[in-house]
Amino acid sequence: MSRFPADSVGLVSPQRHISTEPLALACGRSLPQYELVYETYGQLNASRSNAVLICHALSGHHHAAGYHSEDDRKPGWWDACIGPGKAIDTNRFFVVSLNNLGGCHGSTGPSSIDPETGKSYGGRFPMIVVEDWVNSQARLADHLGVQCWAAVVGGSLGGMQALQWAIHYPDRLRHCVAIATASKLSAQNIAFNEVARQAIITDPDFHGGDYAAFGVIPKRGLGLARMVGHITYLSDDAMGQKFGRELRSERLNYDISSVEFQVESYLRYQGQEFSERFDANTYLLMTKALDYYDPARAHGDDLAKALAPVTARSLVISFSTDWRFAPARSRELANALLAARKDVSYLEIDAAQGHDAFLLPIPRYIQALSSYMNRIEVDA
Amino acid sequence: MTLRADLQIIQNWIQPGSRVLDLGCGEGELLHYLQDNRQVRGYGLEIDPDNINACIGKGVNVIEKDLDQDLDNFEDHSFDTVVMTQALQAVHYPDRILEDMLRIGREAILTFPNFGHWRCRLYLGTKGRMPVSEFMPYTWYNTPNIHFCTFKDFEKLCHERSVRILDRLVVDQTHRSSMLSAMWPNLLGEVAIYRVTR
Repeated sequence: MSRFPADSVGLVSPQRHISTEPLALACGRSLPQYELVYETYGQLNASRSNAVLICHALSGHHHAAGYHSEDDRKPGWWDACIGPGKAIDTNRFFVVSLNNLGGCHGSTGPSSIDPETGKSYGGRFPMIVVEDWVNSQARLADHLGVQCWAAVVGGSLGGMQALQWAIHYPDRLRHCVAIATASKLSAQNIAFNEVARQAIITDPDFHGGDYAAFGVIPKRGLGLARMVGHITYLSDDAMGQKFGRELRSERLNYDISSVEFQVESYLRYQGQEFSERFDANTYLLMTKALDYYDPARAHGDDLAKALAPVTARSLVISFSTDWRFAPARSRELANALLAARKDVSYLEIDAAQGHDAFLLPIPRYIQALSSYMNRIEVDA
Repeated sequence: MTLRADLQIIQNWIQPGSRVLDLGCGEGELLHYLQDNRQVRGYGLEIDPDNINACIGKGVNVIEKDLDQDLDNFEDHSFDTVVMTQALQAVHYPDRILEDMLRIGREAILTFPNFGHWRCRLYLGTKGRMPVSEFMPYTWYNTPNIHFCTFKDFEKLCHERSVRILDRLVVDQTHRSSMLSAMWPNLLGEVAIYRVTR
């Protein structure tokens, strides 16, 4: 008898796709060979028409649903939406979730061994951008025998990948689900990323990205980067409700170094915990990929023009208090899809949790995603 | 599939294969019908979460949008027909919506209840109070219908704004038309369905 909930995909184990065919990258360099680690949930049907690709966000990875062991306490990062009878129903869909190139959860990234030097890439790992990810995901689709995804789904940076799929491989997906995302970052958004990067790069333990060779990790910088990021993922209200001005002890210490407020303690914990499980070079790469993405740039900043090749139907969802990927950015995307005369639905979900809302089981959001996914036709 | 009576009338006025925008599309019945039977590419604008979810469940394109915000995100002449059923009386600026409908679409189709109907006149005339009926069940302070008008009022607005009325069908609550309501529409008609253009 399994101890996992009935609507869980249960025990899952990661798989590997090794490609020995070089991958040309947007930066001009290429990866001679690479590995992608991925998980799948549900069964691919005979006509191979029920595959759904999940694209992860900044700090995400391949483990989107289920558990890795019987004692695993926490399920995958999007277990709220993926499973039998859930919004992305594994009774109907064959769900694929991978760790992107440049990641630090098993796919080839800065901490992998460079075959040319026999040492980890470190700061020499090439810049990988959204377009490169989508190209590598297309190869994974080939490997899995998936010619056309029933849907490509992603939130935040993952939404950019879903959008890029719709633009670059229009005949390889039927539906594009872009959640809490934007077709490009605003100046303010890039600015937050730059603060995060500077925190890492100026950490004395960074060593130009080659910290592994020195046997250290830039923990302080990475922790700081996460603290800044974390603030922007929550709304003012959400932070206020969670912490308010609650103090750690009964009285104030009137001392610079003391942690007085609960919110400080929480952020320090988040930063420290993250710095122990995430790679600094990956964080730099992911934030850069966010900054660079802008499909309209090659079309005179006309997003509708950039979307001309799209044939997929799209669902665009934003959250009212998300100020990192504000509803206005999603509306721009929905409007451009409208102007390009594409099939699109747009929802603005009232949610207090800020950008983080896209990962949470907010009833209206889950219901809408569920309605949309259930409508997608798949052969038995 | 059976279509609501007023939508049945409207669908006859929509060309197969055309582009339709439905303002306040409800559960998307009209667009769903037009998509399946008339090869129409349509989009609905809606603000109610349950209605939006119903549209998604039907495979109808739906954009969450408050009709009282501007419709600037829709380009000029980007649709063949812009439809608005039973919402004119509930928007903040009915005249602006009418202008927008004819900016965005070649034609507009509107339906709204007639405040000049004899029952309304009788209610107000004898009781001296705002009419409340099965058809208009709200009291004055909680009604979403903030801009009631009569057929004559609407036609005057059309005239002032150089809007041409192509068709007008005056019907009762069950969307049947009669000889009498055709003869004295502003007195005997309860709901009007207009097709207008510039």
